[in-house]
Amino acid sequence: MTGSLSSWQIWQVINMNNLLIVGQYVPTNSIVHRMDPRIKMLIIFFYVIFIFFANNIVSYALFTVFAVGGTLLTKVPWRFIAKGLTPVWFLIVFTFILHLFVTKEGTVLVNVFGLPIYSGALEQGAVISLRFFLLILLTSLLTLTTTPIEITDGVESLLGPLRRFKFPVHELALMMSISLRFIPTLLQETEKISNAQASRGVDFRTGPFRERVRAVIPLLVPLFVSAFKRAEELAMAMEARGYRGGEGRTKLRELQVMKRDVAALVIFIIVVAAALITRDYS
Amino acid sequence: MYAIEFKNVSFRYEEEQPYVLRNVSFQVEAGEWLAIIGHNGSGKSTIAKLMNGLLFPTEGEIIINGIPLNEENIWEIRRQVGMVFQNPDNQFVGTTVRDDVAFGLENRGVPRAEMMDRITSSLEQVRMQDYLLHEPYRLSGGQKQRVAIAGVLAISPSVIILDEATAMLDPLGRKEILDTVHHVQAAQQLGLITITHDLNEVMQAHRVLVMNDGEIWTTTVPRELVKRQTELQQIGLDVPFVTQLAHALERQGITLDEQPIDHEELLDALWTLHSNK
Amino acid sequence: MDITFKQVDYTYQANSPFEHKALKNLSFHLPGGSFTAIVGHTGSGKSTLLQHLNGLVRPTSGSVQIGEHTLEPKKKPKQAKELRKQVGIVFQYPEHQLFEETVEKDIAFGPRNFGVAEKEIAKRVKESAAAVGLDLSLLSRSPFELSGGQMRRVAIAGVLAVRPRVLVLDEPTAGLDPRGQQEIMDMFYRLHKEQQLTTILVTHSMEDALTYADHMLVLDKGEKYMEGTPVKVFQDRQALQQVQLDVPEIFQFLQKTSERFGKQVAYEGENVDRLAEQLADLAGDKHE
Repeated sequence: MTGSLSSWQIWQVINMNNLLIVGQYVPTNSIVHRMDPRIKMLIIFFYVIFIFFANNIVSYALFTVFAVGGTLLTKVPWRFIAKGLTPVWFLIVFTFILHLFVTKEGTVLVNVFGLPIYSGALEQGAVISLRFFLLILLTSLLTLTTTPIEITDGVESLLGPLRRFKFPVHELALMMSISLRFIPTLLQETEKISNAQASRGVDFRTGPFRERVRAVIPLLVPLFVSAFKRAEELAMAMEARGYRGGEGRTKLRELQVMKRDVAALVIFIIVVAAALITRDYS
Repeated sequence: MYAIEFKNVSFRYEEEQPYVLRNVSFQVEAGEWLAIIGHNGSGKSTIAKLMNGLLFPTEGEIIINGIPLNEENIWEIRRQVGMVFQNPDNQFVGTTVRDDVAFGLENRGVPRAEMMDRITSSLEQVRMQDYLLHEPYRLSGGQKQRVAIAGVLAISPSVIILDEATAMLDPLGRKEILDTVHHVQAAQQLGLITITHDLNEVMQAHRVLVMNDGEIWTTTVPRELVKRQTELQQIGLDVPFVTQLAHALERQGITLDEQPIDHEELLDALWTLHSNK
Repeated sequence: MDITFKQVDYTYQANSPFEHKALKNLSFHLPGGSFTAIVGHTGSGKSTLLQHLNGLVRPTSGSVQIGEHTLEPKKKPKQAKELRKQVGIVFQYPEHQLFEETVEKDIAFGPRNFGVAEKEIAKRVKESAAAVGLDLSLLSRSPFELSGGQMRRVAIAGVLAVRPRVLVLDEPTAGLDPRGQQEIMDMFYRLHKEQQLTTILVTHSMEDALTYADHMLVLDKGEKYMEGTPVKVFQDRQALQQVQLDVPEIFQFLQKTSERFGKQVAYEGENVDRLAEQLADLAGDKHE
């Protein structure tokens, strides 16, 4: 049927394209949820670096236990996590298979269609896929357990030192939070206008490609017009409410490092230290 | 000293464009509720924007609590004159109710400890305290406007302007907002300016200012205003049901001593007539 | 065109954690040429119902019949475009859908999409502009230079230019001043009569429902809550208040009058003058 796009469909499209800022948050209020977003981001940042130092079974096991343990603590049902990983499963499996056929180390284990598979290939394929999997898993935990606004607060705070170099940290954070605030509003608007134009005979779904591209104009022009109008009104409302830039401003949202954050950091440091000690140095 | 005083204010957006406001003078007393009405494009929203320095008069002077408004003191003036706009969505800045009410406080550098108290108490006044962590898309239009009012109350202004704040709401939302401002205005002796074309809203105000084509058509009390039904209709305004009925009764030969402003007053008058027969 | 809903269910995001039933077992029949008001609190399913009327959505179960067209769950309707040509929808704040460089082009947009011949389009643009009370000198202007009220009229003209047989109005007067509201509603009513349209008005204004509609449908939580002539529906104020609606002011006043005078004063399809006569009689009664 010729039809318009519902906001739910648009939502799904955004999710499919993996713009992680939207709709991934699963509110289970676990200890991981309550952690300081800055600590979560720091841990993930250094995890991504240090996992490349792992090179034997023990060091990999340590990183795996940390990531899986963290996942369990979030209390997020596995099917949400699996869903988040769906788009990357293919890549993980593909990497593994690629390694099977390309790497030529160790002994030949078996011949598949005349192609030899080496033991080293199996090993390397598994290791690289595992590393890939762990990275994705841990980063997805951030969006699963942290609201977009907390991420914004975290980024603002972590980038704070850049203020000295005249980097507009406050403006950037405000822009991010206003964008987050308006995403649902603009999705609704898109649905509304798409319905209205479909009712005037526009066909968004069928017809030759060129026609469909043309059909987007009656959708985009009103959306831009309305977005500009909103921006103008919002700017006026902000001014009326006494907004004049970041200077002299206080903040309601305050990030505080708590015991649980310290604990998480300590555990992470121990895991990294242990991994660094147990890795092979030959 | 008046809360707000306009002295011969004229305004146009650019030179050579026609004036949007011409020679407008009026005063609002502290704690008074003034309604401003007029058809779309009569200049009423321009008055609102002039009152807290979002626009500046082309000619004339605006005095707020004794201070003549100018470029230097608009930040102080905006603390004293809070404003709620028409579109509930386009003034909600925060990602949650709490953040939105905090916005004005943050802008003014209010310490965090004090912020929480002021947020809670202003949300209580508009009866939205149970929605502290709600995101705007989970609220109705009326609820969003109540949050906007709380955001204004939190900075303790002396005057609140509602610029067609109920125009985009359904009847239920409209009632919520009117009840809320009525309650807040009376409790805190706030100056209140409501810009509207809802005549039932006007009837509750202390005084009413009617705009027509950029000029003040009249300033009076609601009861007097509705007597001029025909003239009001000529400038594109409607009178409330009760007024229409009172006028129809007059045509039936029943003259009431006083122009009724709500159902009860009209029924009382009819009952008196009935009993005296 | 007759419109019939038979046990229509509509579920958003079925089988997901966000599943939401917007319409439940909804059945009704609107004869061709009728003027129906649909009322209900926000979230009652009004806008979902409205989207069924030109096939923007199909029922999850049940069926919708609009003239010759049938909408059923799994079957794509054969002539969706034909259906949209016959059912014109004026959405809430329709001026938001304007996008062309000139008023003329924007009004012509619908007819052009539906394959109306160019010569005919030119004629229809002028006709519908006149019907909504737009000055023809505005046709060459950009719609974005016009006032809000004029933009609304342009958008409505764009829907009318397709010459629908069914006209669906979703709160067409929202945000207008009292005079603008009255003008727009009177215009729709005139068109309804002149062109024998089947009109469906979604509204919050009970006054408009009473003034213009001959049939009324009250929705609550996706279900049919009440149905009948407006006068009949407005007899039961309590029922309406239970779903956060109310009766028109005149009914409220009549109820208070009846209570005060201890005597039933019924609604007699009156304007204020008729009501004043009734009241004059009442006040003139000898007190016992």
